[in-house]
Amino acid sequence: MAEIRLDNLQKRFGDFIAVRESSFTIADGEFFVLLGPSGCGKTTTLRMIAGLELPSSGKILLDGDDVTFKRASQRDIGFVFQLFALYPHMNVRSNIGFPLKCQSVPRREIDERVDEVAKLLRIEHLIDRPVSGLSGGDSQRVALGRAIVRQAKAFMMDEPLGALDAEFRHLMCVELRALHDRIRATTVYVTHDQVEAMAMADRIAVMNHGVVDQIATPQAIYDRPRTMHVAGFIGSPPMNFLRFNASLEPGADSIRLNGETIAVPELQEGVVDGALALGVRPEHVELVDEGGIRGEVFGTEYMGTMQIATVHSKHGVVKARIPSAQRVRMREQVGMRFAKERLAVFDTVSGRALKSRLFEGGAHG
Amino acid sequence: MAEVVIDRVTKRFGDVEAAKDVSLTVPGGELVVLLGPTGAGKTTLLRLVAGLEKPDAGMITIDGRDATTDPPALRDVSFVFQQYSLYPHLSVYDNLAFPLRAPARRVDEAEIKKRVERVAQLVRIDHKLANSATRLSGGEMQRVAIGRALIRRPSIYLMDEPLSSLDAKLRADLRVELKHIQADLGATMLYVTHDQTEAMTMASRIGILDRGTLVQVGTPHEIYERPVNAYVAARLGSPGINLLPIDALPAKETPNGAASVGARTEHVELIAADDGPAEVIMVEHLGSENFLHLKMNGHRLVTLTPPDSQWRPGRRARISLHQPLYFDAAGRTLQTAH
Repeated sequence: MAEIRLDNLQKRFGDFIAVRESSFTIADGEFFVLLGPSGCGKTTTLRMIAGLELPSSGKILLDGDDVTFKRASQRDIGFVFQLFALYPHMNVRSNIGFPLKCQSVPRREIDERVDEVAKLLRIEHLIDRPVSGLSGGDSQRVALGRAIVRQAKAFMMDEPLGALDAEFRHLMCVELRALHDRIRATTVYVTHDQVEAMAMADRIAVMNHGVVDQIATPQAIYDRPRTMHVAGFIGSPPMNFLRFNASLEPGADSIRLNGETIAVPELQEGVVDGALALGVRPEHVELVDEGGIRGEVFGTEYMGTMQIATVHSKHGVVKARIPSAQRVRMREQVGMRFAKERLAVFDTVSGRALKSRLFEGGAHG
Repeated sequence: MAEVVIDRVTKRFGDVEAAKDVSLTVPGGELVVLLGPTGAGKTTLLRLVAGLEKPDAGMITIDGRDATTDPPALRDVSFVFQQYSLYPHLSVYDNLAFPLRAPARRVDEAEIKKRVERVAQLVRIDHKLANSATRLSGGEMQRVAIGRALIRRPSIYLMDEPLSSLDAKLRADLRVELKHIQADLGATMLYVTHDQTEAMTMASRIGILDRGTLVQVGTPHEIYERPVNAYVAARLGSPGINLLPIDALPAKETPNGAASVGARTEHVELIAADDGPAEVIMVEHLGSENFLHLKMNGHRLVTLTPPDSQWRPGRRARISLHQPLYFDAAGRTLQTAH
């Protein structure tokens, strides 16, 4: 069990800065997710923590020890990769027990620990099978088992569910989180899938172009995104942006969009001649017949418990999550009203959210 | 656009019946989705319509004409596969134009240009017409592949998981666009997927397949709200329907012969109670709402709650069901009073 601390960590590959001055602390026992699109630096960050990559500058502390230049094998960290590399000629038991055998752990202890891990992962019935015939999910469970059998200080997981199909991936998310709740080992998990991040994380670090945009709990990230990148990366569908130009005073509690006044959480900073965007989550859009921001319905998607309507407006495309019983037709003209206390205003040039009452109580700035 | 009728079609591969006496009509201008897990027989049906497989029994008619034994080229169908298969040495423009340049079709270049430009706009690739097909992102390649199918006006478009190789965001965008294009063209489409969201959001009607048998055909609403059996009920809904033995939950007015109950999230009411039989074991965040995982007498349940609700692991609850679905011992849906 360990706390992991990153201090001004930076990684350059030639001219390219893969990770830019990252500083954050992952608490002992935390399930910490690094989330972002490909090329954002999340895997590089993970590999530096693991010791597979040396930083260009900065420090990594594992439980207070400076491990920045220690070899991977000296860090006592377990790994799980996307491609479960199992030894095809060994059965499940030998695969899971392999890391212990390498450490010359006595045979009886290996058996005990493998049995315990197999029970934890609910693969006891497969223990004597060859790994070649296993399903994708079971193979990944064996790979997980091989990582956790070592009882390492921390676990690094790089898209471990990426190769599984969507429905099964969701089941494995639930399983992985339940497993974490049982063993409580510090886990750093890399993914580009926001659904996985939201489902499993204690905290999420959203990365973009080598920079950590925001670190917070899943709900705080969702409710109070600090940048347009975070807002647009999280949520399904993600946050809508309605573009407009305006000068706004600190203390303003409304904006004008196409002649319509829209109440927003009171702003705590102003902007002069800003290229701005109003950020609205789909579930905070209400479709009305009269008034509101006008637009044309482009399509609706029935989801059972609710539906998603896509509306084309002058300010951009807006997706609204509305009750499935509400009747909406293609090409119909509709008005949109927004839940005022949940709106954010972004500066589209810097991508940053303007400070406002929305962020009170949550970390911001 | 044309009507396609699959009439009592059976197809065997050795001992496996991939299609068992399947009858399905795809009316002109409709988008019918075949939904089922791997091995349900979806792709086999698609390939039978395309002429890539021959049925062992039954008939397939396209636009009123018996096409059962026609080779693919005579059937006037367009096929889009999961893996975009573009011509790597050709530009986007030439890839799109390819089907029109077949010697049998003799379309003149001015007409080809007009149609390529229109389709390129439709699939939003018009800014990259001069690009080589290999210098595109995955999403762009798949849009070209779909565009190449749309460039012709065949009797029917056959699509085999065309979006499944794309990332989540692009899939969500293309879902809406493809549905829109289909409606605009009034095209007849038979679309295969194992993704329930695609089926629900795109289909005029959904056909649910179970090991070669077409179990139910209906609008997404009908399939979701009035499934004929527990198998169909479990295909749609997120979170999935909770299927529990009848005695797992206290229920009122249980119909005769009910062996199990199917509770969707909208059928489940949770009442906080320290002595309640159900315990919250996990809260899964989606942002807009939470999946709440509960444990009760050895059974598991998942239901949706608002993100600001106070449920935490360890809290206990009583569960009350409102108009759930009931199934008999064979899994068939039982009619209820409501």
